[in-house]
Amino acid sequence: MVGITGYGVYIPRHRIKVEEIAKVWGADAQAYKKGLFVEEKSVPGPDQDTITMSVEATFSALKRAQIDPKKIGAVYVGSESHPYAVKPSGTTVAEAIGACPDVHCADFEFACKAGSEAMFVCLGLVSSDSIEYGLAIGADTSQGAPGDALEYTAAAGAAAFIMGKDNIIAEAIDTYSYMTDTPDFWRREYQFYPRHASRFTGEPAYFKHILGAGKAMLEKVKMKPNDFQYAVFHQPNGKFPQRVGRLLGFEKKQIETGLLCPKLGNTYSGSSPMGLTAILDEAKPNDLIFMVSYGSGAGSDAFVWRVTERINQVRDSAVKTRDMLNNNKSYLEYGTYAKYRGKIRKGE
Amino acid sequence: MSSPRYWRGIPQRYRLEAGKCKKCGKIYFPPRLICDECKSREFEKVNLPKEGKILTYTIIRVAPSQCTDQAPYAMGIVELSAGSTGKDGVKILSQIADCDFDKLEIGMPVRIEFRKIYQEGEAGIICYGYKCVPV
Repeated sequence: MVGITGYGVYIPRHRIKVEEIAKVWGADAQAYKKGLFVEEKSVPGPDQDTITMSVEATFSALKRAQIDPKKIGAVYVGSESHPYAVKPSGTTVAEAIGACPDVHCADFEFACKAGSEAMFVCLGLVSSDSIEYGLAIGADTSQGAPGDALEYTAAAGAAAFIMGKDNIIAEAIDTYSYMTDTPDFWRREYQFYPRHASRFTGEPAYFKHILGAGKAMLEKVKMKPNDFQYAVFHQPNGKFPQRVGRLLGFEKKQIETGLLCPKLGNTYSGSSPMGLTAILDEAKPNDLIFMVSYGSGAGSDAFVWRVTERINQVRDSAVKTRDMLNNNKSYLEYGTYAKYRGKIRKGE
Repeated sequence: MSSPRYWRGIPQRYRLEAGKCKKCGKIYFPPRLICDECKSREFEKVNLPKEGKILTYTIIRVAPSQCTDQAPYAMGIVELSAGSTGKDGVKILSQIADCDFDKLEIGMPVRIEFRKIYQEGEAGIICYGYKCVPV
C-alpha cells in the first residue's frame, strides 16, 4: 500500500481584497468577484517565497508523518516561481529539514500542475521501493501583470506531502494522467509576468484536460462520482472547479470542503494539493477522495485516495488549512502589495 | 555576504544547530571549539527548540542596505525554550516578522519560521534563515 504518510500547508498572513485591486485599475470589483467567484487572495511577505513556504509546509507534514527526515529519499518541489532560474529550490528545502545529503532533489515546472507532478513521481518511486519516503511539494508565489485578470487571483501558498508505505493516512488507490500540447498560458524566459490566451484557457484547456483525466480515472478504478465523499480540482478561480465538478457528475457538497480559491486565490502549483489538505483535515477513515490537477501547456494528473484510520491520530499534530486561511490575516493596500511583490521599478 | 560565508552558517541559519558540551552540558550557538566553562573540546550537535519568548526588542527604521525594502522591522533578543537541550534557554538575535509593532511586548511568545533574510541585489545569492513570528 502506497500513499500519504504526512501532509502540511503554509499560507502567508497577508491578503488583498478584489476591491482594493479593482480600485487602482478603475475596474468593476463586483463584476470580478461574481465572474471569478473570488473575494480576496493571499500575498507573500517581502521575506517569503516558494522555498520558505515549502519548508514551513514540510515541517507540518513531518509533524504528522512522525518520521526522521533522514529517511526521506527524494525532495521534489513543483512551482512556476522557483526563486532562482538556475539553482534548485529542493536542496534548500532538503537542507532546512535535515534530509541532506542522502537524498535526490529536483525542481518540477508545469504551470499549475507541478505540485501534483511531484506527488505522482514520489508515489512511483516509493511504489518501486527506490526510496522509503518521498517529499512532494506544490508551492507558488504567482504573479499576474498589473491590471490583468490574473492579478485578482494569483496568490501564494504551499502544500507538502510525504509519500511512503508505512503509517499511511491516505492510500493512493490509482492515478491517471492526460496531456496534450495546448498553448493556453505561458511565460517566456526573462519575462516577469506570464501571458495567457483569455477564453482559450477555458474549454480547450482547463475543461478538456480535467474532464479527460477525470473520466478516464473513474473508468480505470471502476467508480462513480457518488462513490466519493470529496472531490478537489485545480482552482484558477472559484467558478471553474465547481463547473468541472458538475460536468463530471459531482455535487456541490463533495467539492466545497476543498474549495479554497474564493478566500485564498489561485496558488498555482499549490492549488489542488492545498485543497486536498483541507479535505484531509476533515475526512473520516475509509472516505474516498477524487483529485484532478491542471497545468497549462497542458495536462492533468488524477488521483483516487482512500483515507485510513491513522488520519484521526495525526490530523491535529499540525496547523489545519482552514485555520491558517481564516486566522491572523493582515490586509494590504495596493501600494504595499505592489512593493511586496516587486512591482515597483526602483532606481539603482 | 559571499557564498562561502553564507554556506558555512547554513546548519545554524536553517536548522538552529548548536553545540552542546559533552562534559558540562553548556550549549553554544553558534558552536565553538572549546567550552569556556570546562575547557572540553567534545561537543554534540543539538537542534535548538523552535519556540521562545521576547526578552527585548527594538524597531529598525534605518536599515542596512540589503534590508531597506523591509524597513521598518522589529529585531529582538529571544530566549528559546529550554526543551531537551539544557536547563537554560539559548538567547538568539532575530528579526521578529509578521508583527504589529504596537502589540509587541517583552515576554511575548514567538516561534521560529524559515524566511528570506536578504538577497544580494537582483543577481546575487538569496540568503535564508530563521526569523521569529508571534505565536
